[in-house]
Amino acid sequence: MNAIVTVVGQDKVGIIAAVCALLAEHNVNILDISQTILQGSFTMVMAVDVGAAKVSVGELRDLLEQLGKKMEISIRIQREEIFNAMHRI
Amino acid sequence: MLNQKEILSTIEMIDQQHLDIRTITMGISLLSCCDPDPKRACEKIYDKITRYAEKLVKTGEDIEREFGIPIVNKRISVTPMALVAGASETEDYVPFALALDRAARTCGVNFIGGYSALVQKGMTQADEKLIRSIPEALSRTELVCSSVNVGSTRAGINMDAVALMGRIVKDTAAATADRDGLGCAKLVVFCNAVEDNPFMAGAFHGVGEAEKVINVGVSGPGVVCTALKAVRGQPFDVVAETVKKTAFRVTRMGQLVAQEASRRLDTPFGIVDLSLAPTPAVGDSVARILEEMGLEVCGTHGTTAALALLNDAVKKGGVMASSSVGGLSGAFIPVSEDEGMIAAAEAGTLCLDKLEAMTCVCSVGLDMIAVPGDTPAETIAAIIADEAAIGMVNNKTTAVRLLPAPGKTVGDRIEMGGLLGSAPVMPVHGESSADFIARGGRIPAPLHSLKN
Repeated sequence: MNAIVTVVGQDKVGIIAAVCALLAEHNVNILDISQTILQGSFTMVMAVDVGAAKVSVGELRDLLEQLGKKMEISIRIQREEIFNAMHRI
Repeated sequence: MLNQKEILSTIEMIDQQHLDIRTITMGISLLSCCDPDPKRACEKIYDKITRYAEKLVKTGEDIEREFGIPIVNKRISVTPMALVAGASETEDYVPFALALDRAARTCGVNFIGGYSALVQKGMTQADEKLIRSIPEALSRTELVCSSVNVGSTRAGINMDAVALMGRIVKDTAAATADRDGLGCAKLVVFCNAVEDNPFMAGAFHGVGEAEKVINVGVSGPGVVCTALKAVRGQPFDVVAETVKKTAFRVTRMGQLVAQEASRRLDTPFGIVDLSLAPTPAVGDSVARILEEMGLEVCGTHGTTAALALLNDAVKKGGVMASSSVGGLSGAFIPVSEDEGMIAAAEAGTLCLDKLEAMTCVCSVGLDMIAVPGDTPAETIAAIIADEAAIGMVNNKTTAVRLLPAPGKTVGDRIEMGGLLGSAPVMPVHGESSADFIARGGRIPAPLHSLKN
């Protein structure tokens, strides 16, 4: 089962490292990463596989939100189906 | 593979344009709860609802968390209560409303609909008992919603029921006078009521429906408005195409959530209701979409045409995105629940007569409109009759949800809070309709040929 992690906020040292470390800790495999600076803010989109994750998507969401608060950026995880439904026929 | 732009556009719709699933509504048949003993019937009703909908709220919250899409309301609709209560030997139907209220509280939903009667052609004793109990039922419960269907394209309009409902609306306002007549916000009078509507206050679980069913109502006025900003000044063909594409996306999301909820709750999927349902939040308004099309203020000349285009394009775009579409599908224009409508009404541009014209081309009808507290019952009945006539002749659902706030007059404002919003009191015509309403009887169903 795939999910999309998005990170948006002020660019700073260690964002990718912190997010990747948290995902690795819970056995979430990263499939793809794209990252840009959009209108001055750091924007990263990751496709991840949560099929073998140690926790549920709901729990991952809470963990990522906590990390986001600590780093003062917005981090979210959503199941991929929602984007497929909206953008693919 | 999804690209970054698509992903970020979805997130922007949710974060900044108020995209959400407005409601997941579980329809439950209560026909099996009929019992000659009213006390026993109420127990059966409570038990059945709490058993079927036990996991409804939790499931909604889980989906919300996993998919990252807000699901604003989780609700229940039940069989029109007059059909169930009619089997019981009792004159007092209020305990049935109390049972619904208790069940709704236990399940954690924010509304339960179906304290209803269908009297488009005539009233049974049970229908009349239920209708007469509405003011007390709505004043003694918090979560119960009530609706009465007084007309249909096939049956005509039951003017005895219309006259009675004018009085009931007034009595409900009086019974909840301490809360600005809030009871009336939970009471809808329909013509051509639909059996699978997930939206309150008019939701009920029709007799043609299955044992239980999941219906989902989507929303997204903010998303449509933002999309239209990108095509400012372009011809209406472009406007219609833009609305269709946006409605398609929004509905696909609704379909996904509906199927997921249906699977997790082991309940058949019923319909997706393709509605543009506004909220009082800035950026979540249907009126602002009409203004984006080029009207200075909603309610001015051109509003009806703009709304007709919007309503039709929403359906055309949405219908292909879902395997089953139903409910009230279309644009809602509840005055108190729409920030742009409130502003237009306060500016004096949007009046009751224009709203009536708008209901000819959009979903539902005169919705959440505050009128002076001293409006006679006959005038309210006549407003209901006008609206029912529009629905009957045009083969569409129309409804009236008026708020005659006790002690309030034109220039005042009533505050209901939350999704129900606030409404400026709008003037009604002072000339009497009493003799018209006093006639009673039935307005015959219209002819279906010789259409002009």
